[in-house]
Amino acid sequence: MLNVLSKRVLLIIVALAAVLFPLVFPNMYVLQLLTLVFIWSIAVYGYNIISGYVGYLSLAHAGFFAIGAYGLGLLTTKAGFSYWLSLLLAVLITSIAGALVGVIALRTKSHFFAIYTMCVGVIVYLLIDKWDSLTGGVRGLIGIPAPGNLGPITFDTLTSQYYLALFFLTFTIFLCYRIVHSLLGRTFIAIRNSEELAKTIGISIMKNQLLAFTLSALFAGLSGALYASFIRFIGPQISAITVTFEMLMYLLVGGIGTLAGPIVGTLIVISLTQSLQFLEEYRMLIFGPVVVLLVLYYPRGITGSINGYFQKKKQQRVKVANEEHDVKRKVGEAG
Amino acid sequence: MELLFQQIFNGLTIGSVYTLVALGLTLVFGILHVPNFAHGAFYMVGAYITLMMMVGFGFHYWIAIIASIAVVALLGVVTQQLIFKKLEGADGMRMMVAAIGILLFLEAFGQFMWGTEYYRMDTPYGSVVNLFGLTVTLQRLLIIVAAVILMLALHFFLTKTMIGAAIVAMAQNREGAFLVGINANQVAWLTFAIAGGLAAAAASLASPINLVFPTMGNLVIMKAFVIIIIGGMGSIPGAILGGYLLGLTESIGATYISSDYKDVIAFLLLVVILTAKPTGLFTKGVQ
Repeated sequence: MLNVLSKRVLLIIVALAAVLFPLVFPNMYVLQLLTLVFIWSIAVYGYNIISGYVGYLSLAHAGFFAIGAYGLGLLTTKAGFSYWLSLLLAVLITSIAGALVGVIALRTKSHFFAIYTMCVGVIVYLLIDKWDSLTGGVRGLIGIPAPGNLGPITFDTLTSQYYLALFFLTFTIFLCYRIVHSLLGRTFIAIRNSEELAKTIGISIMKNQLLAFTLSALFAGLSGALYASFIRFIGPQISAITVTFEMLMYLLVGGIGTLAGPIVGTLIVISLTQSLQFLEEYRMLIFGPVVVLLVLYYPRGITGSINGYFQKKKQQRVKVANEEHDVKRKVGEAG
Repeated sequence: MELLFQQIFNGLTIGSVYTLVALGLTLVFGILHVPNFAHGAFYMVGAYITLMMMVGFGFHYWIAIIASIAVVALLGVVTQQLIFKKLEGADGMRMMVAAIGILLFLEAFGQFMWGTEYYRMDTPYGSVVNLFGLTVTLQRLLIIVAAVILMLALHFFLTKTMIGAAIVAMAQNREGAFLVGINANQVAWLTFAIAGGLAAAAASLASPINLVFPTMGNLVIMKAFVIIIIGGMGSIPGAILGGYLLGLTESIGATYISSDYKDVIAFLLLVVILTAKPTGLFTKGVQ
């Protein structure tokens, strides 16, 4: 682990760079890309809570993403609600859906949980695809409004949308940071390491898992809603299981169960995909094996491996210091 | 009444395909102890190999099927030896993610090699026959008969041969199998070969009545998951029962309830089952 001071400095530099970026490089294409990276990262942070910290592989994540997106899309276009109210409601609906699914799904364990959530994801996809009169079916939902004015602030330019996504991402990361460094986060990790052990020290497994699952759905919903208002068009394809796999890949590349993992992974994979655009359709020819190799040799991803490296160095330092101390003490005793 | 019998016949056809896929999945589950998400991709590759053999090299349908079984069996062995063998003892999540990685690769590979078009597969058995007053295509009849033959062959292999018994032993109790000197590695790759072969056979048989395309394995594999949960993970009779049950439910549901939502039936069925019984039906012991 980096020491606290340099970590804080690094964090401030990254945050400043993100804030100043549009002013220094007003490149529309890059801004568009980064905004998408921020939006997807929010969903991946949600994924990280249930799959990274609690250790349950959920395959319904794209389903929740789509519920958020369609929630916002339908509330604004069909019900005629204002943007911000719709955003709030969409996130709320997704969280409630997450809680309801979680109550039942979390009674199942390991691969049963994975298959159960996969089925939930498929049902969401099939419903969106077939329920023509509500969702527009395969034609999708068009004409979703951009974020509405917030007092004097308007969101009609790309730069303002960039800052909006950055704001929500920062909020997400801050919340995740607080969770991970609180008793709750330690409880999650305790459950991941051993459910039996956690149970014996009096942790309520179900309650904590449910909280984690609901939070993960909440972030997926927020991300989906932001995505809908940024792209302005959504189709059933956003709830396909391949989208879940995609998010899983971002998480895995960045480092599952680490705080920086989701943003690092999403940034790297999306920028790589964009720079290898000729590969667009076949990019899984590369990323599929990458996922397998990561699982085989670097299960903790980029961030996890870097953290591990610093931890090892620190341990070595401590060891050397201890040895020196021992030597001094022995010399002192001898003298 | 005739419509009902027609639908029962169709249900048996689809059920046969589901069963063959689910059997492979359930066998591999005995080795990995996690569901192999890449199994659907094996199914897809199997269909393309058969198609390629027939169209590209002009082989007869049966020869193409045998070649396809061999290729996909080999593919199964390669993934086991290169990937799953190295993950032995790792937690279930890593295995599942590795399987997802293989799935993503194979799907992209299928798209890269054969494009995203939908292909028809010709069959020498396209003619229509009259069976007890029902008009059925020969191919559908063939699917049912071939599936039953394959199931019987598998049954005799598992119960009457030493290697088959070793596979069953491994699935039942890993430590016990080691104690009596079973070669775990050999059993593992053999199981993957059988599972791959069954997937290829199922795909080659089903393709003439469906179509061949890169994502053709997705729905099938997800339904196979549903089947092995209904039938109990790792249970062979369960997979057969579940496969036919799902095939019949779907085909009858499509006629009498809604053909739009026929794919939902399987997943709703599973959600209901797991809601009532979180460890799946017919699961032995405690989770």
